[in-house]
Amino acid sequence: MFELVSTRHNPMIDPGLHVWGYEIPLYLFLGGFVAGIMVLFGVALFRGREAQRFSVYSDLPLVGLVCLSLGMLALFLDLEHKLHVWRLYVTFEPWSPMSWGAWILLLVYPVLLAGVLLSPPAPALWFVPGLEKLSSRWKADRSKVRWLGVASVASGIALGIYTGILLSSLGARPLWSSALLGPLFLVSGLSAGAAFAHLTAKDPKESEGLARADNAFLIAELALIALFLIGLMSAGEAQAQAAGLLLGGPFTAAFWTLVVGVGIVTPLVIQTLVLTHRIVHTRVAPLLVLLGGLALRFVVVYAGQYSHWPRG
Amino acid sequence: MARLGMVIDTRKCVGCMDCVVACKTENSVPEGFNRDWITQKLTGSFPTLSLEIRSERCNHCDNPPCVSCCPTGASHVHDYGAVVLVDDKECIGCKACLASCPYDARFIHPGGYADKCTFCIHRVEKGLDPACVSVCPTRCMHFGDLDDPQSEVSRLLTSRRNHSLLPEAGTHPRIFYLT
Amino acid sequence: MTLAYPLSRRRFLKVSGVAAGAATVAASASGLLRAAAPERERGLRRVPTFCDICFWKCGAIASVRDGALWKIEGNPLDPLSQGRLCPRGTGGVGAHFDTDRVKAPLMRQGAKGGEKWAEVTWDEALTFIASKMQMIKAEHGPESIALFSHGLGGTFLKHTLKAFGTPNITAPSFAQCRGPRDVGFNLTFGEEVGSPERTDIRNAQCLVLIGSHLGENMHNTQVQEFAEAVGAGASIIVVDPRFSVAASKAKFYLPIKPGADLALLLAWMNTLVTEGLHDKDYVAHFGFGFEAFAAEIAPFTPEWAYPETGIGPEVIRETAREMARHRPATLVHPGRHATWYGDDAQRSRAIALLNALLGSWGRKGGFYAPSSMDVPSYPYPPYPVSALGKVDNPGRRYPFATETITTGIREATITGKPYPVKGWFAYATNLIQALPNEEETIKAIQNLDLLVVVDVIGSELAGWADVILPEATYLERYDELNVELFRQSFVALRQPVIEPPNDQKPNWWIARELAMKLGLEAYYPWKDIEEYLNRRLTSAGLSFETLKEKGIVLGPSQPLFFEEGAEATFPTPSGKIEFYSTQLKAAGFDPVPKFRRPKAGPAGSFRLLFGRAPVHSFGRTQTNPILHDMMSENEVWVNTNAAGRYGFKSGDRVRLKNQDGVVSLPVKVRATEAIRGDCVYLVHGFGHTSKMLRRALGRGASDAQLVTRYETDALMGGTGMNVNFVTLEAEV
Ligand SMILES: Nc1nc2c(c(=O)[nH]1)N[C@H]1C(S)=C(S)[C@@H](COP(=O)(O)OP(=O)(O)OC[C@H]3O[C@@H](n4cnc5c(=O)[nH]c(N)nc54)[C@H](O)[C@@H]3O)O[C@H]1N2
Ligand SMILES: Nc1nc2c(c(=O)[nH]1)N[C@H]1C(S)=C(S)[C@@H](COP(=O)(O)OP(=O)(O)OC[C@H]3O[C@@H](n4cnc5c(=O)[nH]c(N)nc54)[C@H](O)[C@@H]3O)O[C@H]1N2
Ligand code: SF4
Ligand code: SF4
Ligand code: SF4
Ligand code: SF4
Ligand code: SF4
Ligand SMILES: [Mo]
Repeated sequence: MFELVSTRHNPMIDPGLHVWGYEIPLYLFLGGFVAGIMVLFGVALFRGREAQRFSVYSDLPLVGLVCLSLGMLALFLDLEHKLHVWRLYVTFEPWSPMSWGAWILLLVYPVLLAGVLLSPPAPALWFVPGLEKLSSRWKADRSKVRWLGVASVASGIALGIYTGILLSSLGARPLWSSALLGPLFLVSGLSAGAAFAHLTAKDPKESEGLARADNAFLIAELALIALFLIGLMSAGEAQAQAAGLLLGGPFTAAFWTLVVGVGIVTPLVIQTLVLTHRIVHTRVAPLLVLLGGLALRFVVVYAGQYSHWPRG
Repeated sequence: MARLGMVIDTRKCVGCMDCVVACKTENSVPEGFNRDWITQKLTGSFPTLSLEIRSERCNHCDNPPCVSCCPTGASHVHDYGAVVLVDDKECIGCKACLASCPYDARFIHPGGYADKCTFCIHRVEKGLDPACVSVCPTRCMHFGDLDDPQSEVSRLLTSRRNHSLLPEAGTHPRIFYLT
Repeated sequence: MTLAYPLSRRRFLKVSGVAAGAATVAASASGLLRAAAPERERGLRRVPTFCDICFWKCGAIASVRDGALWKIEGNPLDPLSQGRLCPRGTGGVGAHFDTDRVKAPLMRQGAKGGEKWAEVTWDEALTFIASKMQMIKAEHGPESIALFSHGLGGTFLKHTLKAFGTPNITAPSFAQCRGPRDVGFNLTFGEEVGSPERTDIRNAQCLVLIGSHLGENMHNTQVQEFAEAVGAGASIIVVDPRFSVAASKAKFYLPIKPGADLALLLAWMNTLVTEGLHDKDYVAHFGFGFEAFAAEIAPFTPEWAYPETGIGPEVIRETAREMARHRPATLVHPGRHATWYGDDAQRSRAIALLNALLGSWGRKGGFYAPSSMDVPSYPYPPYPVSALGKVDNPGRRYPFATETITTGIREATITGKPYPVKGWFAYATNLIQALPNEEETIKAIQNLDLLVVVDVIGSELAGWADVILPEATYLERYDELNVELFRQSFVALRQPVIEPPNDQKPNWWIARELAMKLGLEAYYPWKDIEEYLNRRLTSAGLSFETLKEKGIVLGPSQPLFFEEGAEATFPTPSGKIEFYSTQLKAAGFDPVPKFRRPKAGPAGSFRLLFGRAPVHSFGRTQTNPILHDMMSENEVWVNTNAAGRYGFKSGDRVRLKNQDGVVSLPVKVRATEAIRGDCVYLVHGFGHTSKMLRRALGRGASDAQLVTRYETDALMGGTGMNVNFVTLEAEV
């Protein structure tokens, strides 16, 4: 046993690191969510789903566009030196996930935009003459559509994984030092995307398919969370202590109730019951999934900042 | 190319914080912020105790995560002495570097940019010691080129038992504590 | 009586301007100027001066950048700082920027202590003061005005008040600080330890620290030399109920029961003598009454001391032998703040005697022979002689007091005996925190017709004043020269670095203007201080210009130790080191110190101990923005187990309640292994209550407030303050 006294008293650093508030978790959630949407949309393009009228898929790109912009707004709001934000785009730092992220976000925009042009929202059609003609000419060209699908899936996966890598690259925070954070955030993003589509789908067939997909993602997410924790426990003192934050520390309650309970297990159960027609279809499950996805980002970001190397 | 580092004799250090005060005035560190600080580690039980007093600051790591994670290049390794610096004009205040430092050596300056110990590069480039080193009343702080085997710091490291902080974090810190 | 106390200032040597010139030319080649050169370009001005954050007066160089005060560093030419200031000195620039400074003279509105003020002009303030003084003089005589003045800055106010006719001039540095130590040493060697202490820590091979918490106590040269000794592998013995920073550097740490030091000292001396380890030639040569002494201490074996001190007999013997092994380079540090238990002069005398047995007085690694330069004082007309004499020590009831006793004046002010005291001047002293028993101080203040406080901030005492006179800080003024007794004789100049921010004035100006209003023009032949300084310096063959440029002039070195030819004289009655003191005997005191167990406290209470933090000076730096940033409040140190017993852990907020029911402000607990279970510890100077100290108000707890009891030293009137006990009460 020993007594440790430090005279340092820096804001956001002491007594425990807390540099990121709600903005970053929100940004990471929206990023992952958009990633999920893009993957789904991309796949749908392959399956020629966007062709049919009233498909939920046709709305996804616009939703993605909006959410991505909200995410970037959140990121911007977090910056302490806002006027300098343009500095992100006068350089590319190959070792900095943030730099990667900044550029990926730029690549994602045109893809989403193209998606929107493919099946533009009604108001746009009124205001922009010739838009209708353009989009239908596109729809006609299958290869273009497929390429868009590929681009959408690819950039979606990149975006989703990036949101996790952003944290796991910060080795000073043991909770984040896991290669599984990227996949975990991606899958969570996919389930959130599916959940949203599920939520807004009008065609019962579609929503059933989405529920099925969502369940798959949720199961995968559970598995990744398990692996993530096991990995930490076996990675060393610092990581084990960090895992302790979720397994019997300040963040345990939030993690197990909100993220696992409310966000994964409950909707999983509900949707299984719906799919096996034991209960009628409900929109509660997808709502919970979205909530859980948000909670995951909050818990991981907050607990992760708090985690540190053993002091001595 | 010099690799500047510090060697601090914990046997002499009395924890007086002169190094902290000197940093404040020399570098106009704003009230409520610390570029350096004192850590006291008391081991044992009364009256058989041992106390290690350490003057701590950015370790100017050879392998600095704060630099690699910086999206704008504001955090960089200065070509003189491999000192790790922040260019406040390039900093967007994203705080990745704060989160990336295992020593929590950085903070956000009220001006909105990341700040930390500079090894007093403005003095060092003029041939002076850093302010904290030159003020220390016990003369327990030593500063110099770790790559030069003839330098005082190198000789102290070869002649005395010493340790650095959190070597397991893999950042290769360049501040060493004689015990 | 006074004959037995010739001031130990016999080692004056005349320094011709030439010699001084030579000294500085040699010095000017040093780092200072080279460091300065390149910076000159960047609108940088470097002004040498000396520090005033404590009484060590380190030589310093302040830097002004583009017209604004920037930083202050040690003056490499100065033997006190050796180019490095302590943390308080380095943070001294904060005194200039302190937002709690008094900006203009203030006169009390409404009740005393009500802290309601009206800003007035200096002329109004000084006119009021002068007329009050004349009224008091007319009614009671000039003696009824007393001056409490701490530090060099008080020189000119002292001059004005002496000219006015009062002999009652005092400082807490005697009866609340080093008085007992200097008396104890004076009784033994015929000389004081003085300030800066004449200790050769640098060369000590064995250093014994009894309480002296060097490293927290930041008296600069002492700490620098302490570190040198540590670096050189000196064997260090620390005696302290608390595991101090110094203790952490020690080879032997003796966690003594508070108040038992004299028992330990006796047992150490007993061991040295019975084992014949003392310096026999030295004792035979210089000692007086050794046999009687040896007989007196014979009973006080380590076994006898064990239950008193809690230190095992073997440890006592081992440490005694360790001291003997390194003698004469074994320094038993005399301490400084010696007013602990009321037996302090005798404890200090025991320390002196232990040093005498080790032959360290006058020897390398022990005590050196200090010297100062001879700078003739300004030729003034003689001061009026008081018919009544001093008020503090009627009938010399404290026969061995060598200076005026603050608490004696306070008592006279309360009782009106031997004669009434109706006016107080306080210069750079916060008597509310400096003197024990705040209540008595306030009672005395209630009896006053005039209380003038000259300060830079609104201290607790200022809160009670009729008039507050805001002084310019040391960075903004000229001051008296620093001509100190030290290893190396020197003269140092304090000069203004920057303008005062508001209507603050330097002490010399205040003292002179007041003298003018009192019709004492004859005592101020000089127009301004530069004229005064110039006259003093030229009469010593020194140049004002050189001092302005260098800040300090060194005198030639001279022998420090007997072995180097320093004369071994002991101006005691016997002319020798008095192991047995006939004067003490004659006055009815123990001729050889005897141990008396300090009174225990109420069951379940802790003895309240206190000391220093490296980044603060007493209660004077808590509003300094830089030093406040280093440490904004104190904590109460409580032994981990003891704290646990009462259910407290680090960070909990408690109030301390003393044996008389006085309750402190809330303070954080520091539960730590680093202190005995029978005492708690506070850093002195916190828990301010003056509304004028906005930055410090209500932060931490004040030990002074809890020191309601004190044991007066029968020899010299010092006030032992470690005799108070507290319990902890949870703060809800
Ligand atoms: N930073 C800083 N330094 C200063 C000052 C300051 O204000 N700030 N003030 C200066 C002045 S004027 C003075 S007088 C000195 C005072 O400095 P010192 O003379 O060193 O201080 P003391 O108050 O005598 O001693 C305090 C120490 O004695 C211990 N102690 C308490 N009771 C006992 C006891 O019964 N026996 C023993 N053996 N130890 C005990 C305490 O635990 C503490 O460690 O400091 C000087 N230096
Ligand atoms: N309870 C308790 N009492 C103690 C002590 C203790 O440790 N505990 N220590 C004792 C010791 S060792 C000593 S030496 C004394 C010290 O006692 P004091 O000398 O009274 O020390 P402070 O309490 O710091 O008060 C100094 C005052 O001077 C003011 N001042 C500072 N600079 C200037 C200046 O340039 N000009 C003017 N005019 N004023 C200035 C400060 O604002 C402050 O109000 O206290 C003694 N009393
Ligand atoms: S100044 Fe020197 S002695 Fe004081 S705390 Fe800093 S390193 Fe230690
Ligand atoms: S100590 Fe921290 S801030 Fe300094 S170089 Fe290392 S990682 Fe970067
Ligand atoms: S805060 Fe500034 S220095 Fe740190 S990583 Fe972000 S941009 Fe780079
Ligand atoms: S090197 Fe300079 S910047 Fe770094 S802590 Fe020391 S004084 Fe501060
Ligand atoms: S010891 Fe520190 S505070 Fe005292 S005079 Fe020297 S530098 Fe100033
Ligand atoms: Mo003192």
